[in-house]
Amino acid sequence: MSREVLLLKAQLKERDEEIAALKHKLAQLEKNHNSVQELYDRVTPLTPLTAKTALSNEDIMRYSRQLLVPQLAVQGQLNLSKTSVLVVGCGGLGCPLALYLAAAGIGRLGLLDYDEVELNNLHRQVLHGEENQGQAKALSAAQALKRLNSTVECIPYHLQLSPQNALQLIQQYDIVADCSDNVPTRYLVNDACVLSGKPLVSASALRLEGQLTVYNYHGGPCYRCLYPVPPPPETVTNCSDGGVLGVVPGIMGCVQALEVLKIASGQRTSCSQKLLMFDAQDAKFRSIKLRPKKADCAVCGEEPSVTQLVDYETFCGSAASDKCRRLNLLSRDQRITVQEYKSILDKAEPHLLLDVRPLVEVDICRLPFSLNIPLSCLEERKLEDVQLLKRRIDQLRQGRSGDFQPPVYVICKLGNDSQKAVQVMEKMSGSEVDAVTVKDICGGLMAWAKTIDSTFPQY
Amino acid sequence: MAAPIAVHLEFGGGAELLFNGVKEHQVTLPGQSEPWDMKQLLVWIQQNLLKERPELFVQGQSVRPGILVLINDADWELMGELGYQLQDRDNVVFISTLHGG
Repeated sequence: MSREVLLLKAQLKERDEEIAALKHKLAQLEKNHNSVQELYDRVTPLTPLTAKTALSNEDIMRYSRQLLVPQLAVQGQLNLSKTSVLVVGCGGLGCPLALYLAAAGIGRLGLLDYDEVELNNLHRQVLHGEENQGQAKALSAAQALKRLNSTVECIPYHLQLSPQNALQLIQQYDIVADCSDNVPTRYLVNDACVLSGKPLVSASALRLEGQLTVYNYHGGPCYRCLYPVPPPPETVTNCSDGGVLGVVPGIMGCVQALEVLKIASGQRTSCSQKLLMFDAQDAKFRSIKLRPKKADCAVCGEEPSVTQLVDYETFCGSAASDKCRRLNLLSRDQRITVQEYKSILDKAEPHLLLDVRPLVEVDICRLPFSLNIPLSCLEERKLEDVQLLKRRIDQLRQGRSGDFQPPVYVICKLGNDSQKAVQVMEKMSGSEVDAVTVKDICGGLMAWAKTIDSTFPQY
Repeated sequence: MAAPIAVHLEFGGGAELLFNGVKEHQVTLPGQSEPWDMKQLLVWIQQNLLKERPELFVQGQSVRPGILVLINDADWELMGELGYQLQDRDNVVFISTLHGG
């Protein structure tokens, strides 16, 4: 055989090996990729997590810095690898929580969220990026976590937790982290954890404050022991109304991850029958001793009345989301649409536009010709504001007949507070101020931004 | 006749918004024949600190659902709730439960 033939054969063999290696690499990548891409829209049975008997060399290198911590050590790390955690809500709390659980080497993470990523999430929901807008949060979170630690099994659920699916889902996990954003879901998660005997690590955050408690753990109280009656819906503020500084749920989600890791690794949590409160303004943590488990608790007591999951939206009188409620306090003829208001502006009809949002929102954006009196000041009949209102109404009346009732259009962000303000103004009209015709602008400034002026900011 | 007592009141979790956003209040409860208890303190707060919308703070004789009361860093349930007799320099905290995430 000629030297040339031998050389070609050798080259061919080399290429074949190269192709085989590339195929193997592609298969590995596709395997990882597909396992992330699979988004669950319902609850399906999972294969049990297999317990590792020993750490691999790669495990030892990856987790070496925490293996050196005597409270965790090798056994703790092995315990983490066989623990599954369900994260209810992949938002401001769920993102940092899942991040640290994945980094620490938890075995399996169920990532549940019914929502999609929006631009206004990114300041606090730090697993999602700009390119994930519109994507299911559960999927976006799973992809980010896989990049961090491909050995952690992530199961993204794009669904709303409900009385129909909660038990089947929660029974498949060892620990549940409540990172949700509404009252009905908090009661639902609690009851499902009590009925399935799972510890519940629960945190919440708003504005500059956070709270954390571990429920249903080693005979400790459950959420219902503390809060047997849900709060009146009008007293509950959500993040889209009250605002939240992103780092506050970040801190609370990290503390939540810490307590999950302590339970998963085989230590005890420090937060059972305790309320950990965080005040970001004063940089102050405070831990409060809570009541023990209540013998007369409706779900974990001695004679429970709740023995299966119920309708939590009815129980709480509010929806299981943090989206704003739409009030309907006025009749149709007390309201105008943004289109109708636009034509009033176009015709230059004399009127007063009253913006009743709080100052902090007016600072974000406003219609330049509006008069701002926050609803709370109007309700209080603050002297300076009533006088201001009187003057503006007087100006409108000047040079007109005595029975002219100047039109006042009331606006706010979404059209809820403005309806309340119309009711207040109607009481004032003809007594505290001259008689006026008051109407609400349906849907508020956000409707204005969506349908009339696309350059107006939305928040 | 019991002497006046000084009590430190704190509001948090948004409950401070019912008190002009002021979180901490150092108050003196006037002397009266019987010792002050929590039930009387709630009435006193309503009459002296809470200016409006009492339904967002109290319901019946107690606090509304969703507000946790802490006396000297412990759940008031451990201390006798409405019947707890206030001592001079007690610290009473009213925390509105947060639900956001």
